[in-house]
Formats: sequence, C-alpha cells, structure tokens
Amino acid sequence: MKKLIRVRNPFRFCTRLHLMELIGLKAKNLDELLDIIKKVSGSCIYNHTHRFLQIHQYVSPEPPNDFAYWATHTLREDVLGEKLASIDTVQFQSIRSLRNKIVEVIKEHLKKNPSSKKKFASQGKEFQFIKSVSFVLPTNYIAYDLKDFSKALKEITVDSLYFHIFEARLRLGKKTNDFSFWIGTSLKDKDLAHDISHLDPYTRTMEDLRKTIIELVEKRL
Amino acid sequence: MTELDKYIQFVGQPIVDDLKLLAERLKGKAIQNINSTRFGGGVAEILHRVVPILQEIGVDARWDVIEGNDRFFNVTKKFHNALHGRSEKIGAKDFEIFNEVGRENIKNMDIYGDIVFVHDPQPIQLIKRKKKNKWIWRCHIDVSHPNKKVWDFLEKFVYSYDSSVFSAPGFSQKLPIRQFLISPSIDPLSDKNKVLEQRQIDNVLNKYGIDKKLPIICQISRIDYLKDPVGVIEAFKMVRRYNKCQLVLAGNKSLDDPESDKVLAEVKKAAKGMPEVHALLIPPEHNDIDINALQSAASVVVQKSIREGFGLVVTEALWKGKPVVASAVGGIALQIKHRYSGLLCNSIEGCAFGIKQLLNSPAYATRLGENAKENVRRNFLLTRHLRDYMLLFLSLYNPEGIVYL
Repeated sequence: MKKLIRVRNPFRFCTRLHLMELIGLKAKNLDELLDIIKKVSGSCIYNHTHRFLQIHQYVSPEPPNDFAYWATHTLREDVLGEKLASIDTVQFQSIRSLRNKIVEVIKEHLKKNPSSKKKFASQGKEFQFIKSVSFVLPTNYIAYDLKDFSKALKEITVDSLYFHIFEARLRLGKKTNDFSFWIGTSLKDKDLAHDISHLDPYTRTMEDLRKTIIELVEKRL
Repeated sequence: MTELDKYIQFVGQPIVDDLKLLAERLKGKAIQNINSTRFGGGVAEILHRVVPILQEIGVDARWDVIEGNDRFFNVTKKFHNALHGRSEKIGAKDFEIFNEVGRENIKNMDIYGDIVFVHDPQPIQLIKRKKKNKWIWRCHIDVSHPNKKVWDFLEKFVYSYDSSVFSAPGFSQKLPIRQFLISPSIDPLSDKNKVLEQRQIDNVLNKYGIDKKLPIICQISRIDYLKDPVGVIEAFKMVRRYNKCQLVLAGNKSLDDPESDKVLAEVKKAAKGMPEVHALLIPPEHNDIDINALQSAASVVVQKSIREGFGLVVTEALWKGKPVVASAVGGIALQIKHRYSGLLCNSIEGCAFGIKQLLNSPAYATRLGENAKENVRRNFLLTRHLRDYMLLFLSLYNPEGIVYL
C-alpha cells in the first residue's frame, strides 16, 4: 500500500443550493423563445440547463434541458428538440458560450424550417423563464488526504458532488473539475486527477458517478 | 431522535446537515409567520410541521394568527374562490368587512419579526405595519386568472412587500417585487404517505368491496367537475375493452359546493352497468389512511383534472412509486416530465392510451414509478420545503444572483 499523502491545504467540500425566481417572461413560440434567451440573465440560462440537469440527473434516461423538453413535448418540434438535447451542457466553460450555442441551434432550425414559427404553445403551456438564485456554502466535510476524501465522497449530497464536478468548469473556466484540480495540484497525483477528469459525467447518474470516483480513489488506498 | 432526524431515513443525513448549516445563517432573526387559522387547510397543516422543525434547528420561527369573525371569513372565502377564477358576487360591503377586520388586526397584532411571513390574502393588510423589517407574501392560491376586482384590491398591498412566493410559475401575476417559486410539499411521515402494511391495505380494499386480484386504476379527488370523474370513466371504458381491470374513484364532497351532488349523480349514471367501477365517498375520519391504502393498491393512478392547483394528490401517488397518467394542468407539469416520471395527457383518449400502455408494459410502468418517487424525494418532500424557506429568508438580505454564505 502506498503511503498516504496528507496536505496542509485541505479540500473543503461546498454545496450549492438553489432558489427559483420568476422573472415574468414567457414564450409562446420559437421566435419569442429565441428573443428572450438572448436577453435574460446568465442565471436564467443556468437554471434551464444546469439546474434542470441537476434536478433530473437521477432519472433514467435523463431529460437533457428545459428548452429541448419544451420544443419536443409542447411544440412537437422533434428535430429541434433532438438538436437542443444533443448540446453537451456540461462541456461549456461559460454560460455565454452555452447561450450562443442554443441561439445558434434555434436560429439554424428556423432558417431551414420557417413554418416552425407558426407553431404556438397553448395557454398555460408557454415556456416560463425562471432564474436560479444560488447559495454556495461550505459543508463540514474536509479532506486532508485521500482517505478523508473517499469517506466524505460517500456522505456528501448530490448537490455538493454536482457543484464540484459539473460547475467547476463554469466557475474556474478550466477543463477540469475541483476534485481533479486538488488531487493534481495538492496531492500531486496526476494520474488520479486525469482519470477523474476524463469521466463523462453527462452519461451517468449522480450516484453512478459518485460510486465510480470512490472506486478510483480507493484503488489508491 | 429529533423531529428533523426522522427524515434522514427518506433523504439521507447530508440533506439534513445542509438544513442545519442554513439554520446557522439565520441565527438572530425572528421569523414571524402569520395566517388566518391554526387548524384546517393546507397552510395550517404545513406550518404545524415547518415551524417546530425550524425551532428545533435553532431558527427563531414563530406563528401567529389574525383575529376574524364569521362575516370576515365568509368574505375571504369568496375572495379565495374569486381569485381562483370562480364567479362570485362581491360588492362594496364585502370590501368594507375585509377592511374593518384588517384595521382591527393592524391595531392589535404584535409585529415583532425581523422577517414577517404573511400567508394568503386574509392577513395581507398587515403590511401597513411595515417598518425596517422584511415582509414576504406567500400566495398559496392560483391567481393566474383572478377576478379583477378582487385582485386589483389586493395588488396594492402586495406592492409594499419585499418579496412574494408562488407555488407554480403559471399561478403568478406580473408584480414589481421579487417573485420566488416554492412548490408545496408532502410529509412522508403523515398518515397519507407513510408505508402501510399489506394487511392494512387489504382491510381497506375489503371494506369497499374491491377485488385485490384485479388491477386497480385509481383517481383520488373531490367530487367536482374540475376533476372530470366522468371523463375518467370514459377513459376506463376504452381500457376495459382490452384489459381486465377495475376503476376506483374515491374522494369526498365539498360541503360548500352545491354542484357535487349533481356530479355524483352523473358519475353513477356513467358507471351504470359496470360493477368494476367503484365510486367511493370516503368518510373524513378515515380519509387519510383509506386514501393511502387505495393509492398503494393501485396499478395505475390517474388525475384527469380539467383544472388543478399544485396537485399534491399527484405528489402523494408519485411518492408511492406509482405510474401516473395525469392532465398537463396546474402544478402537475412541474411534477411529471412526460415519459420520464409519468405520462401527461390532454384528452380522454390520451388518458386511456396512457393507462393501457402502463398496464401492458409493467417494466416501463415500474421505471416511471421509480423515477417519480426519486423526483418527489428530491424535490417535493418537507425537507426541500424547509430548505427553500430558509433560502428565501436569506435572499432578503442577499439580493445577488450568487450568494456566498
């Protein structure tokens, strides 16, 4: 068994909790959806993409994002729905670039299918824009080494796991997650950092992801 | 074991730990809940659970009730119906009565909260006592299509609040103050939702003469046109052509709804000649356990409402892991993602098709039910409600989009 490296700068697990705020904007058709997507705040785009993913992450198969769900199930725009669904939400390093991608996909679709503009959601089924107010707070889980880290991983909430894995890209603007960053820079275990950063979190449920990371970490213990 | 710790079995220790962390951030703030009654109705029910648990984790939450007389409560009942879009005769005298009791409460009520959390329209005028403290108006009603006269009257009070809260996006109105979305919740420890023993379920089925060997399709609802019980029977007729099953329509009559006898008569007429349709009036004293048993015994739960509030009865069925076919109205669309955690329908035919799909594809039905239960666990249990309320209180002091606590 390798000797455990214990560091002075521990990993402090945080969590991010959300409160949903109505912004009073709704879209009846794709034109309106496009207009509003362009002008709403980043926390609104965040809500309908990342937050949506977080809420439904446990579901199998998981729905992709609010825009795709609405296009498919309300407007019956299956092709657009599929294209919006295939946007790999978590790979975007900024909300701005994600928003641009969504706009591009809808614009492209409308250009090729002008008749899609004529489809309207019935009353009560409009796309309601909601923004997410986020509260980030440190939890009581702290890891000085991989043993602490693995123990904490088994106990933290999925909100916390989500925060460190999915949102790290948005916060850090890096192609990695918080776990890999700490393991690579503080524990100097580049291989483990690499293995964790190359997991595809999008195609797993949060519990699968948790289990896989724990297995990778425990192989080192 | 503390009250909050009893929920660890449903949501896990870390969720409960998060609540305790949030509670620490609210130390020193007195939160004063105000509504119109201590007993009866969903608001009192939720406050009876929320307030003691908040106190247990160190939040200084308290609960006060306004004074009112029969005349006042008759008026507020009319307001309630009118806000829901029902036609009501409301005249100057009604507003006068509302203002008169409002003035008394404004004069006599002890307002001590750093945060004053006012529930529903009855105590809304207390906002006139606002000083430097924070005020929230929690609207439990769907005011998407309100009686204009009543809404115009109430709206001017709402404008003075710091924030408002609605249960679903479609229930709100355009307002110049912040509007938060907080769904209601169910309590997994309540009689309606606790896990029953098979013996208890069988007893209830025997009591109502339901064959436990035949698949049960069940709709629990008040006897009301808006719940479309006749539409459910029509859907059932389409299903029974292919599937041997039985239909249970169970609920109670609204004492103040003159139409419910008429609806019941129509239900009986529509079900004539079909012994496998059980239209049951559940006595109030057995309501919770009997409803729980009927939902628990069902193969498919239906909620074919024409109009619905949040639809907590759907949440209760989803929590029992049942595959649900429900109309995409009110708060139901928030709870069910079509083909992921249940089936949404828009017509009698769609409802029948959904029921047949679920009866004939048990593996699919099971998966939808599992997803649905998990969705409720994460988003519609009391613990999430507690969390949202604490975040709401914190948001009053932190207007930013991302708050670092």
